[in-house]
This record gives sequence, structure tokens and C-alpha cells, in this order.
Amino acid sequence: MSAQPAESVALETTPLHDLHQRLGARMVPFAGYSMPLHYPPGQLKEHLHTRAAAGLFDVSHMGQILLRGEDPAAIARALEGLIPADLVGLKVGRQRYGLLTDAAGGILDDLMVARFEDHVVVVVNAANKKADAAHLRAHLPAAITVEERPDALLALQGPAAEAALAALAPEVAAMRFLDVRAVTLLGAPGFVARSGYTGEDGFEISVPAAVAAPLAEALLAQPGVQPVGLGARDTLRLEAGLCLHGADIGPDTSPVEAGLTFAIPKVRRRGGAREGGFPGAARILHEFEAGPARRRVGLRPEGRAPVRAGAPLLAEAGGAPLGRVTSGSFGPSLGGPVAMGYVAASHAADGTRIVAEVRGQALPLAVTPLPFLAATFKRD
Amino acid sequence: MLRFTEDHEWLRLEGDVATVGITRHAAEQLGDLVFVDLPKVGTTLSKGAAAAVVESVKAASDVYAPLDGEVTEANDAVVAAPETVNQDPEGAGWLYRMRLADPSSLDALMDEAAYAALPK
Repeated sequence: MSAQPAESVALETTPLHDLHQRLGARMVPFAGYSMPLHYPPGQLKEHLHTRAAAGLFDVSHMGQILLRGEDPAAIARALEGLIPADLVGLKVGRQRYGLLTDAAGGILDDLMVARFEDHVVVVVNAANKKADAAHLRAHLPAAITVEERPDALLALQGPAAEAALAALAPEVAAMRFLDVRAVTLLGAPGFVARSGYTGEDGFEISVPAAVAAPLAEALLAQPGVQPVGLGARDTLRLEAGLCLHGADIGPDTSPVEAGLTFAIPKVRRRGGAREGGFPGAARILHEFEAGPARRRVGLRPEGRAPVRAGAPLLAEAGGAPLGRVTSGSFGPSLGGPVAMGYVAASHAADGTRIVAEVRGQALPLAVTPLPFLAATFKRD
Repeated sequence: MLRFTEDHEWLRLEGDVATVGITRHAAEQLGDLVFVDLPKVGTTLSKGAAAAVVESVKAASDVYAPLDGEVTEANDAVVAAPETVNQDPEGAGWLYRMRLADPSSLDALMDEAAYAALPK
């Protein structure tokens, strides 16, 4: 059978599309959107610049879902039926990482839940946003409205991020890691979260679409701020040991296998005050006690060759299969290749030496603690 | 005179030995290179077979043998400093040299004008 040409699908654009083109971005299709892969300096320089100063990312393709109801506490309780996090205990003005699980204990999506005075905002992955909204509508009580917001989302990441955003909204300097607050930016209502997905201190900034371009230009005018594409965003999050849904986690991986147990606090585990009560609880709670058969691990290839997603992992050359690489690239801040993948629990201990099969060769790797690079979040 | 393949390699013939690299267009498309794997001296290459690997931050790409021949030299400098290929793809960023089985086979490849006109 001959291959059929791919059906051409019109890509969606973000409110920053024209700006990306003016800045000379190389645009690529990503999750149904035309998005900047990198700008003229290139992915390496953009990565290093984010760690040294500040990178401005367009993440408007991600989903922002607003949940409203008579009582925000009831929204939190209802969400706990879908997400094994402590959302009842999530205070107004705070944000928390969570996982949308399925009945088999797999991960439908990973997301950030932000609690405001009278509503909750959930930020989800671009590729899953329609499915997530449908899932929430289907499973939350009818009294809770699920609204997909068309707002733009910018991420400003790196050590110069605070000064740059504070030049436009001084109050953000007082925020600490995972704080959220309503902020007026260029006269428009928006919200800011002190979070991101690069391992750096920084902010995610939600504003109405009409304000996105002027806001981006105002931030780019601040000292140390450069535009950064999705290419560097991927290597930044990989160095930070953060999972990419659809690669490192998905419906075929459980939170315990993925090492995301921090996202499931004691209160939702066996013996906790609100034990279980989320999809897949039987499997997930069992894995906490019995240990999973395989685990996500950090991997440092010993040579210079990057080991990419999909590479089989073996105990030794020609030896028993252990799993496979789920993300792998060159880590610009580390000056060498880095990867993450799943291995049998027997080979998941830090320091274990295994091999990856790449182009018929067995490349040695060491199981390495995550993150590869310590995060610099502003925790107090 | 440089000759070009549709796979975005260039060749420069001296005697019966051709120097091979990837074109400026290819280097720009790949982005920042971080790893280069070159064929060993003495390897016999067949036209169209994978001869080398260049890896950018984002992906690995095969570099195909442009013609039949035997590898006579590999550019260790680009193995040590892959960014040389981005900086000077058609000069210091050459990849390897091969003795062509049939030097006249070079004539079938594109010249600079034909490569420039190739839809990319």
C-alpha cells in the first residue's frame, strides 16, 4: 500500500502570530497551531539565555479552562473526584500541579489548578484541551460551568523575569512560587501565576487576546528579555526533569510509575482523610504500597550522542529489555546529552548503568536523579 | 567547482577524491548541531546509503553517501566542535572525504545554479 499524502489541515494561530513573524521566528505545526520553534539566535542560545536572563514564551496554544459555581469550595471538592490532589486545601491565591487520571490509573493530562476568590482556573496541555474540557463537563456537577477561555498565555522565565514583569506590575515582585493573583496589565484585566515549566523562577501571564502583542512587546523591551521558541522550552523542561504529556506521561503510565507522587498528597492516599475517590484509585493506591513494576528515571548518556525518544533501553548490550526512552536531547546548560525514560524497577536505582540501542549501537547511560539541574523557584 | 545532491549534500572533487559536506540550506534547516558521527576511514559507501549522522538539539538526521566510493578521511574537527558545521558548512564544516569509484559520476549531480533553483 502506498503512503497517502497527509491531509492538509489549517493551523490555528495565537494572538502573537504576527509578532512571531516580525521577529523572524521559524514557525512549525504544534498541537494544531502554528508556533515558533525558534527565533534567529537559535534554540541553543535561547535556552542558555533563559537560564542566564529571561525568555518570553508564547504558550497561548495551551488551554485555560475557567470553572464557576455558586461555591468555589464545591468546585474544589468536585475536582478532587477527577484529580488526586489536595484541592480542598488549595487556598485562594495559590496554584497547584495535578493529574487528570482515568479509570485504569493512567494520566489523561497534567495541569495546573489555580484558586481565585470566586472561580477556579485550570491550565492544560494544548493537545488535550478540548478533551479535558469535555471530560470536566461530563463529570463535574451541572451547577459548575466549564468555560474554555480564548485568552493569551505568555510565560516569562529566568532570573530577569521578576524585574521585567515588575516594571509593568510592581506587585508581582511580592509573589512567591505558585502564587496566583489578578493583575491589571496595560490597563487590561489578567492574572499572573509565579510558575512555569523550565525549572527557572518566572511567571505565566494570562491576558485578553487583544493585549497579548503589546504586552509581549513591552516585556521584550525590558532588560534581558528575549523571545524563546518551543524548541528551547522542551530542552529547558527536560533538564528540569519535568514530564511532557504525550511523551513521558500519558494514559499508558500511572502517576506512581511516572514518579509524580508529589502530586498525590497524603490526604488522598491510603489512610488519608480523603483517601481515594478519584479515577484509577485502586491501581494507584496499590502501586504506592507495592511499588510499580517500572519507573521513570533520569538518564545521562556517557558519550556525546543524544539518545532520543523511542530508543530501547537494555540491561546491557544484547541483554534483557528494560523499557524505552521517552524524552531525549542535548542539554545545553549541561553541555551534554540528557534523557528520561522508563525502566524496570530492578534497574531504577540511581547510578545503575544500562544501555540504549541507537542506530544498532549500545550506548552506555547512567540512571541519574532528577532534576538534572536544580530549580531556582522563589519559594519564600 | 561544487556539486550538489537533492539530499542537500555538496561535493568538491580534487583528483579522484571528493570532499563531502552538508549545504548551508541543510545546516540552517537542522539548526544548532550538537553531535556528528562520521564514517570510518576505509568504509566502502554506496550511493544513497546512510554515511554519517548529524544531530541538532531537536533531531538526528542521516547524511547519505552522494556517490559510490571509499572513505579516505573524516573531519575530526567537526566531531569535536559540531557547531563548525553551522558556522561554515561549505568550508571548515566539511564532513569526510571519499575516493570516488567513478569520478565521472560527479557530472550527474547538480551544479550551484541547479541546486539554487531546486525547490526546497
